[in-house]
Amino acid sequence: MSSASPNLNALARSPKVVAPRPFPTSKVLWSVVGWLVVFIFFFPVLWMWLEALKTEPQAASSPPTILFVPTLEEFQTVLSGDFPPFFINSAIASILSTLLVLVLGLPAAYALAIRPVKRTRDVLFFFISTRFLPFAASLVPLYLLARDLQLLDNIFALAAIYTTINLPLGVWLLRSFLLEIPPELFEAARVDGASFATEIRRIVVPLIAPGIAATSLICLIFSWNEFFYAVNFTSSVAATAPIFLVGFISGRSLFYAKLAAAATLASLPVLMAGWIAQKQLIRGLTMGAVK
Amino acid sequence: MSSVASSGGVRVQTAASVARRDGWLRRLPLLPAFVYVVIVTQIPFALTIYYSFFSWNLLKPGSFKFIGLDNYANLVSDESIRTAIWNTVVLTVSVIGISVVLGLAVAALLNSEVFGKGLMRTLMIAPFLIMPTAGALIWKDTLLNPLFGLLPHLLSPFGLSRVDWVNQFPMATVVTVEVWRWTPFMMLIILAGLQSQNPEILEAARVDGATAFQAFRRITLPLVRPFLELGALLGSLFVVQTFDSIYMLTYGGPGQDTTNVPFLLYLVAFQGFSIGQASAIGVVAVILTTIVATIGLRTLFSIFQVEPRR
Repeated sequence: MSSASPNLNALARSPKVVAPRPFPTSKVLWSVVGWLVVFIFFFPVLWMWLEALKTEPQAASSPPTILFVPTLEEFQTVLSGDFPPFFINSAIASILSTLLVLVLGLPAAYALAIRPVKRTRDVLFFFISTRFLPFAASLVPLYLLARDLQLLDNIFALAAIYTTINLPLGVWLLRSFLLEIPPELFEAARVDGASFATEIRRIVVPLIAPGIAATSLICLIFSWNEFFYAVNFTSSVAATAPIFLVGFISGRSLFYAKLAAAATLASLPVLMAGWIAQKQLIRGLTMGAVK
Repeated sequence: MSSVASSGGVRVQTAASVARRDGWLRRLPLLPAFVYVVIVTQIPFALTIYYSFFSWNLLKPGSFKFIGLDNYANLVSDESIRTAIWNTVVLTVSVIGISVVLGLAVAALLNSEVFGKGLMRTLMIAPFLIMPTAGALIWKDTLLNPLFGLLPHLLSPFGLSRVDWVNQFPMATVVTVEVWRWTPFMMLIILAGLQSQNPEILEAARVDGATAFQAFRRITLPLVRPFLELGALLGSLFVVQTFDSIYMLTYGGPGQDTTNVPFLLYLVAFQGFSIGQASAIGVVAVILTTIVATIGLRTLFSIFQVEPRR
């Protein structure tokens, strides 16, 4: 009966039969509004890409060039110039500090979730308070220490600082994932006489993989984009990608296409990672509170 | 008699020592992270407090001198710290306020029946992911530049063609760029809240004759409130420390118009090399943040699941 009766379908769709649903016109209307808003927010990014695909005269024209033949010239200039070492430094600092966060953070999260220590709450509070302690609190002594130990302009020192910045987030985030492992799994493993190592290898590691992904993503974003310590603790050897962009602030005007190409390249890794791992992003940014 | 008592005592002791051993076994995995954080944050903070009682200019060797509370007295008499605190408050409150409202609006749009939700969300989070220094430069040099920028050109029909936004409206510019960056963050958190809502409840409200606005105010808003609070709290902890965009857009100027506390600290420590004075600013910044964060973190604990499992 109901199989293929177009009339019935049309009837069912008419608002008189079904409880009032939003008209399709409202869907169109809200879509237009929504896309307008999204366009406004996305536009600076789009404009950055467009500028990067222009030649310098096109980028510094008044009125701005809207129609042009795209060229990869400026990307080539940036990539064949002095940009790559900055990019590589960023990669070293970000990857190294992310690995350190995992190495230090996973056991700590375990001690705060699976076999919790006493005063877990206080420890968690302590960790997160260090993340939101202004960098004003420790900046000067760290700078003096780095200077005295000849660690200024050293990429490993920068990675060590980034580890501190990200470790509290890492601990909270990893803990939130560990808490989701059903306790019965651990009880069953213990009843079966599984050793601690087996417990880690068979239960914790496989089930925490998404947590490790989310933590790595957040650590990468924060350390890749970090500017304050980079600008104060590095100069030439260990300078990271954001520092390269500082060179465009003053004087060297009329290099807008090159600027846009450098900005595009510098932003690319985090943009890609964030887009690919959107699900992990929200959980990471809220330290596990929002799933 | 005595032997029984003593053996009982031994047994109690063993139980206690086992418990202690167990306690340390539990604490052991925590220690590396704990020690690391203490070394890199707490010990330097103690040193910051120590330095704040000294007059010390890095460029003048041998200038290390105990001056008691003089650095703090300077802060009280000097207008720059008050201006910086005021700017920090203005920046944080306006950025968080605007981006929470905009974030809620965008999240509501993305949660309704629209075409291309996934793509909209993807494009929408881009401003948050773009490197802040890169984003600030793009705004300053290619969008707002009075000669070659796109915005003055687009606004020329309204007689705003040659407005030098960055210099004439420095704080508004910084706020705009930061709102552009933080609205996606708020949107993500609030959207998660909206999506956790059971659509049947809204349906029921509609059947009962509630208008869309009523349903939003009475049902949706209370539900997403914790998400709004979480976003505002986390966001303000980050925005209070804004440095990148100020450095790139205005360098704290013109004059002191956009100098916030982190930027003032940077100027005093790394342009003026006054270590003692910078340390005093650091201590004040910590005290102020602690006051705000203690209130905030209480909220956090009610939102997060922090009680130990067993």
